[in-house]
Parts: sequence; structure tokens; C-alpha cells
Amino acid sequence: MNALLTIAGKEVKDGLRNRWAVTATLVLAGLALALAFLGSAPTGHVGVPPLAVTVVSLASLTVFLVPLIALILSYDALIGEVERGTMLLLLTYPVRRWQIVGGKFIGHTVVLGLATVVGYGVAGLAIAVTAPAGTAGNWLSFFVLIATSVALGTAFLALGYLVSSLVSEHATAAGLAVGLWLLLVLLFDMALLGLLAATEGRGLSPALFRWVLMLNPTDVFRLINLASFADVRTYSGMAGLPALAQIPVEALAGALVVWIGLPLVLTMAIFSRRPL
Amino acid sequence: MNAVQLISTGKCYNRHWAVRDVDLSLAPGERLALLGHNGAGKTTLLKLILGLTRPDEGEVKVFGEAPGQARRTIRTTIGFLPENVSFHDAMSGRETLRFYARLKKRSSKECAALLERVGLADAADRRVSTYSKGMRQRLGLAQALLGNPRLLLLDEPTTGLDPALRQAFYDILSDLAAQGTTVLLSSHLLTELEERTDRIAVMHQGRLLITGNLADLRRRAGLPVTLHLKIAAGKTSMVASALAGFAPETNGGDNLHLACAPADKMALLRQIGVLGTDILDVEINHPGLDAIYAHVTDAANAERTRP
Repeated sequence: MNALLTIAGKEVKDGLRNRWAVTATLVLAGLALALAFLGSAPTGHVGVPPLAVTVVSLASLTVFLVPLIALILSYDALIGEVERGTMLLLLTYPVRRWQIVGGKFIGHTVVLGLATVVGYGVAGLAIAVTAPAGTAGNWLSFFVLIATSVALGTAFLALGYLVSSLVSEHATAAGLAVGLWLLLVLLFDMALLGLLAATEGRGLSPALFRWVLMLNPTDVFRLINLASFADVRTYSGMAGLPALAQIPVEALAGALVVWIGLPLVLTMAIFSRRPL
Repeated sequence: MNAVQLISTGKCYNRHWAVRDVDLSLAPGERLALLGHNGAGKTTLLKLILGLTRPDEGEVKVFGEAPGQARRTIRTTIGFLPENVSFHDAMSGRETLRFYARLKKRSSKECAALLERVGLADAADRRVSTYSKGMRQRLGLAQALLGNPRLLLLDEPTTGLDPALRQAFYDILSDLAAQGTTVLLSSHLLTELEERTDRIAVMHQGRLLITGNLADLRRRAGLPVTLHLKIAAGKTSMVASALAGFAPETNGGDNLHLACAPADKMALLRQIGVLGTDILDVEINHPGLDAIYAHVTDAANAERTRP
């Protein structure tokens, strides 16, 4: 078997035994179920709300939780093995360094993907089973939500790997990962909002604003999920923002792919040059 | 072709030379012990040979190729046991070994045989986190032996092993050397190496001070051979004056202690032979590796501090 797949397989096995994978799945499933059944409260409904509401709620959950889980899984991935000494031994085997990075990354992606698909899938099943026939709504938006949640998580895995390849101690990596989460999940949007408020919306042209949103994977994720589907737009408060909806969904998906690929390739390049 | 060839090799970390001017070659089937204090450059030397780091000076060749750029297949023929080897705690011993075996494209049958060979067959399905230091070390040795390597590099391999296991460990090394495997091991447990390696290299502050077999090292260190004589009753002063040229010391009883240069040993023994039955017993002590090592490194330190 190829070295890449051998390393990926070991990482999956390790991840599934590691209680983190199970915990992440349970947390995602629990919160998703809670949001699916209680998420109607803001809209005044009682009982199972339209699927679109659940999608909006789960999208918010993803933005906060999935990057966090991804960074926790990945910040230690390279530096941890360097510190424990397992990397030294692995590098003496007939394996290229990019294969080590790629194999571990694939393994972590599978683990995170499983946690997300199972966690959100449980919520989806619960809705499908309990909703009256024909009222569930647009299932495509739900599948897109799951797929983009995995993609967002994968982008943050790649960022975590980049952090892990840059530092010389895992404590530094942990600090940087927390900083990255704060920056991309909270501070970026606050800063953008502040800028727009201070300039009464004239600080950025609509075209520039779209580009700036592309600079943050969580915003790309929000745009795909909250603004791309007509029924979801009504519940997410995006209905009145035609400028935002003008970004084609293909461009947004492409942006997510870049957010996955770029940090990963950088990590491989940096790790290949790293002295041990 | 030499298994390992180092030509005036140097490696510098932050303006500190961890290894400098090292010339060393290992023939196939040779067992070489690398001695030195912690920080003498042993591990750096192993990393250079493994191609984990590149030399800043000179050349490193493994089976005729630079290990950093070599075909990866060359790595399937090298076994390495790092100092304080560690594994993924959540995996069992068998899973760990199979993982490494797949990377070297070896069969799981070979894994079972190796686990048996290092005495881990019974513990193979337990998690590595439950293993003792000695068991981890044995698992480390098992992975190093995967694929019958032509070159085996072992960094402090016997730390944490009890005497019986240490014996078994050296038996395995002898078998491998007999099959033509080159073995380079670093250690600071000197006494156990004396009879188990073909050549010894002493490293100190990044430099190779001396290489040779034990007899070579003894001769070049020039440490005295000491003799303890047991003398027949009442003859001590007579024997002492007969051997006055070797400055004998007596403790007042029937014992005499002498020291002589290795080259003078036979002359002394002949003189003792002439004394006939006045001498009841002779005990000859050659300087051990401990003494040689201390002497060689002290001499190097003295040289360095000289203005």
C-alpha cells in the first residue's frame, strides 16, 4: 500500500480511538438536535420548524464549533510528533515529507468529516422522520450545509497544520491556533462591521467588500449557506442584500478549495525544509 | 563498497560545531561502537548518516550515495533505533510494528516473527501505553530489524534493558553481523561493549578522538598494565629489590603491586618467571574501556584548555 494511505489509515485509527473524535461527534449531534427542535423559538413556531431555519441555526453552530474542533485536531499534528520523537523515526523510513503531511491530513479530514456527517446527519434524520410529509423543504440546502461544514473544517485543519509546521513548541502552536480562531471567527467580522458602521457603509465598494469576505473562510461558508438558497435567505436576514448574493456559488466553492489547498501546500513546503 | 563513509564531515548548529572533521568508514558486517558523553555529537553523527540533516562540511555516503538525496529505496535497507524511542500510545505493539512494516513493504508474517524474536509475542496485542521502558525498547529494536537491514544504526540501544535482555540483544546483533549487516551503535555503557564490537570510536566535543579495536586503543592510550603479585612468606623484600626497575609497591604483607607500560609487560613477566617459586600468583589487569575513555577525553580537554 502507498505510504500516503498507510499514514492516513493510521491517523484515522488513532483518531477513532482518541476520545476527541467521539466527543466531537456527540457534541455536534447533540447541539444539532437541540437546534433542530428548539431552533423554532425565534420564529414563533412550536414544533419542528422549516428545514431552512435549521440550516440557518446549524450554519451558525458550524462557524463557531467546527473550526475549533479542526484546530484542536491539527495544531499538534506535526509539532507534537516532532516533540514526542515519533517523527524522527518516521523520517528514516522510505517516506517523503509531503506524504507524511498529506497522509496525516487525509486521516484527520476523514475523522472530522465523519464527526460532522454523523453529527449533523442524526439531526437531519430526526427532522426527516418527525416532519409531516412534504413540509420539510429544500433538502439540497441541508446537504450543502453538511458538505460545506466539512470543507470549512478541512480549511481550518489545513490552517492548523500550517501553524504546526511553523512553531518549535506545541504550546506556541496552541496559542496561535486560539488566536487564529478568534481572528477568523470573531474579530474579522467585527472589524469589518466596525469599518462599515464608521464610514456609514461607504468605506468599501460592494466589489471590494465581496473580495474582503473571500479573505475569511468562515465568511465564504456563511455566504454559501445563508445567501445561496432563496428559502434560507428569508430566515437568515440576507434577503435584503442583493449585492452579496451576486457572488456565484461556484466562486465561493472555489474560494473554500483555495482555503484548503493553499495552507496545505505551504505546510508541505515548510515541513520539507524544516531541519530536525 | 563501504556501508558508511564519512569524509571530513562537519555539522554546525547556531555557530556551534556539533560534529567536525570526522573521517570514518564502516565495512559491511562490521560492528562499531560510538562512545562519548552526552552532547559529544553521537546523535548528530547518526542523523547525518540517516540523511535527516545535511553536512555543512565534507561528505557523507551510505552504500555509495549521499543519504539526503538518495533513492528512497536505500532507506528500506537501513534500520534505526532512536534514543528514547517512542510510539503512538493508543496502538498495540503489533499494530505499531505492522504500520512500520507497511511503510517498508514488509509482510505481517515478518512482524509476528520479529515480535517473537524480541520477546514481545505475549504482549503484542496490548496498547503501547501499558509497556515498560524495556518493552518499548524491544519494540523499537523490532522495527529497526524489519526487512533484514544491511545497515543498523542504534542510539543508546541497551538503556532500560535488564541484563538477560541485554545479552539477548547482543546475540541478535552478532547474528546480524554474521549475515553481513553493518552495525553502528552509540552508547555510554562502556564495559558491556568491550567484547561485543569489532571497533570502537571515541567522540568528544564533535570530534572523533580515536578509533580502533580494544587492543589498539589500549596501545595508543599508553595506559599502564597493572600486576598484583602474591609472594611466598618472608620473600617480599627480596622480590621487591629484584624488580626494583618497575617501582613495586608493597602493602607490607605478601603482596606487591606493579605498573608498567604495555610494551614492557613481557620483559616484566620474564623477570617474574626467573624468580621461580618465590612468586605464588600473578594477576594482570589491562586497562578497561572506562579507563581508556577517561584518559582519551581528559587528554583532549587538556589540549583544548592549553593557551
